[in-house]
Amino acid sequence: MVASAGIPMYDIPFVSIGGGMGSFVTVDYLRVYGVPTSQMRVISNIDHPWQTYEFLTRCSQIPRGERIRSDSSSRPDNLWGFPSYALEEAWKDKNPAYLWQLFTEPLLNDYWTPRAGTVFENLEREAKRINYWDMLVKGQVRMVRRRAGGGYFTVVTPPEGAAPTKRIVFRSRFVHIAVGYPGLKFLPDLQEFRTKYSDYQHVVNAYEPHEQVYEFLKTRPGTVVIRGGGIVASRVLQRLFDDRKKFGLKTQIIHIFRTFVTGSHGPHVWSRRKGGDGWAYQGFNYPKSVWGGQLKAEMRKLEGAERAAKYKQMGGTNTPYRRHWQEQMRAGREGGYYHAVQGTVDRVERTEDGRLVSYVRSSDGIIREPVSDYIIDCTGLEADISEHRVFADLLQNSGAYRNPVGRLEVERHFEVKGTASGDGALYASGSATLGGYFPGVDTFLGLQIAAQEISDDLARRGFVRKMGPLRSTAQWFKWVFNSPV
Amino acid sequence: MVPTLMGRIQTRLFLLATVGVVVTLLIMPIVPGVTAPLGELYVTGLLVLVAVGVLGIGWELIYHFLMQFRWEKDWPTMFGLLTLVPEGLLLYFLLRSGAVGFIDPIPAAAFWTHFTVVWVSMWLVANGPMRVPFIRWRFRGGRVL
Ligand SMILES: Cc1cc2nc3c(=O)[nH]c(=O)nc-3n(C[C@H](O)[C@H](O)[C@H](O)COP(=O)(O)OP(=O)(O)OC[C@H]3O[C@@H](n4cnc5c(N)ncnc54)[C@H](O)[C@@H]3O)c2cc1C
Repeated sequence: MVASAGIPMYDIPFVSIGGGMGSFVTVDYLRVYGVPTSQMRVISNIDHPWQTYEFLTRCSQIPRGERIRSDSSSRPDNLWGFPSYALEEAWKDKNPAYLWQLFTEPLLNDYWTPRAGTVFENLEREAKRINYWDMLVKGQVRMVRRRAGGGYFTVVTPPEGAAPTKRIVFRSRFVHIAVGYPGLKFLPDLQEFRTKYSDYQHVVNAYEPHEQVYEFLKTRPGTVVIRGGGIVASRVLQRLFDDRKKFGLKTQIIHIFRTFVTGSHGPHVWSRRKGGDGWAYQGFNYPKSVWGGQLKAEMRKLEGAERAAKYKQMGGTNTPYRRHWQEQMRAGREGGYYHAVQGTVDRVERTEDGRLVSYVRSSDGIIREPVSDYIIDCTGLEADISEHRVFADLLQNSGAYRNPVGRLEVERHFEVKGTASGDGALYASGSATLGGYFPGVDTFLGLQIAAQEISDDLARRGFVRKMGPLRSTAQWFKWVFNSPV
Repeated sequence: MVPTLMGRIQTRLFLLATVGVVVTLLIMPIVPGVTAPLGELYVTGLLVLVAVGVLGIGWELIYHFLMQFRWEKDWPTMFGLLTLVPEGLLLYFLLRSGAVGFIDPIPAAAFWTHFTVVWVSMWLVANGPMRVPFIRWRFRGGRVL
């Protein structure tokens, strides 16, 4: 049917959709396991795998020289996680202090984390090594459908002028979907403000470019309202504090927490997280043992409501406790220019002189109406998975269904449940699969865990050889010497 | 690697049987303060490894219990190294007191040299190189099997 419609069709056994970090680590694994480039295609609307990640990190105030959140051995360019980033940076910067920090983290020191630049440079090296760009096909994926004879069709709109037809189709036995965030969502009151006043300049999301805020504050004293208690809020605060110091500014900051954490919290001495001054403190977005220890093992066994409850217990917005940030906030509180309050915002209005007034109700009944020049939404809310066309179509037409937290239900090996087709399989990784047997999905290490599960599943299905200790070691040496897989 | 209980025990036994044995074979000829023939030293050294393994199962139960007080259920790198102090002391006093009768008494200098070098080597391997041949190990809480 497809062929008779004159749409070009390509036969490729394995197709990865997205072309971001999730696709990259998956094809990296498979290349190392021994799949040739001719057997795989990555279909993406971006040119290099870290593009979207770099855009989002830069917006949220992590330029290449700043340090990201994840730890030293979360290395998307190296599936062994060894040598870790700390060893590499210590060697390159001739700085043994990194190793001391690694040794004493998280007790006497903050977690050591790599510079964003280190991550990007290494990704580029690895992408070249595995011939990533030989596998990349540019285009927008429209849908993935099961094929009567087994496997899947992936329908793609290539960039204008890149192909003779408006659509091209890939026929494959395996499909992997890693399209990242289905979309960003604003807090409802902020969305309402933006629509009502068509003002996209003064109420901004930290994940969109918002340099105008910092530029304005350099020209005259101003007030900023921050919403949210996660790491993005920490980053934005750091930028405001840094600028204040660097340029001698008079910026006032009002920080609104919906949930204001005042200290350690949790139901039992065995499940109590640190917190204070509004924040819940945690090194990474989940407790560390989620990526390989006790919590990973426990969650792997849970289904339905029990699983949802466990997610709830260890979830919640949090940020790392970093000594530098703590000092900046302390100085801000003492200097009277950083005010953290608990509250929910009913609505935001524009004042006569064009500023913003937030109507904030706190749980003790106090109503505040802070006036500011800007509001930065740092809550990082994600849209529902059905906002993404490919997922909406999968849910509707291909047997996929939702997990206990509302996202895509996947197997322990990341096959999307309900979508099997003949001898083929459809996999997914990344944020869309949160709520499954493994919680840390939206992180480098989580994407690698998924990639390993997927590669091992593909080995069971005979698509690639299984990876044992000898072959793994041999491949590791190739990585070290930067020679082709 | 963030361990589970089974992972802790398996990793300990695996590393003792590999890194521990190799290091013992290399270090025994040069440990200070001993006069016994090398063959006997090897036997003693290997028996010390066995004792570290057997007592270690008890220790791991304690560590696992203590870990429950940590929100993240993690085991910081530093703990992995510093636990050499209580473990070494207990074993040393057991040997001294003759409670472990099948191991010949060893001079303090020899015991501590051997024990520390073995421990540090195992700790170093567990914190990196182990991941090279065993790519699933760190995601399974340190289980080797
Ligand atoms: C600010 C920020 C900081 C983070 N910091 C860390 C960190 O320090 N450590 C860590 O481990 N994790 C971090 N993460 C989380 C996560 O690791 C990254 O977001 C990572 O990029 C997720 O990879 P992904 O493949 O799921 O999504 P992406 O890297 O975003 O890739 C998905 C790609 O799919 C493309 N796409 C979507 N739909 C289609 C379609 N229909 N057709 C073709 N292409 C499509 C998109 O353009 C996108 O580029 C961070 C996330 C954010 C937002």
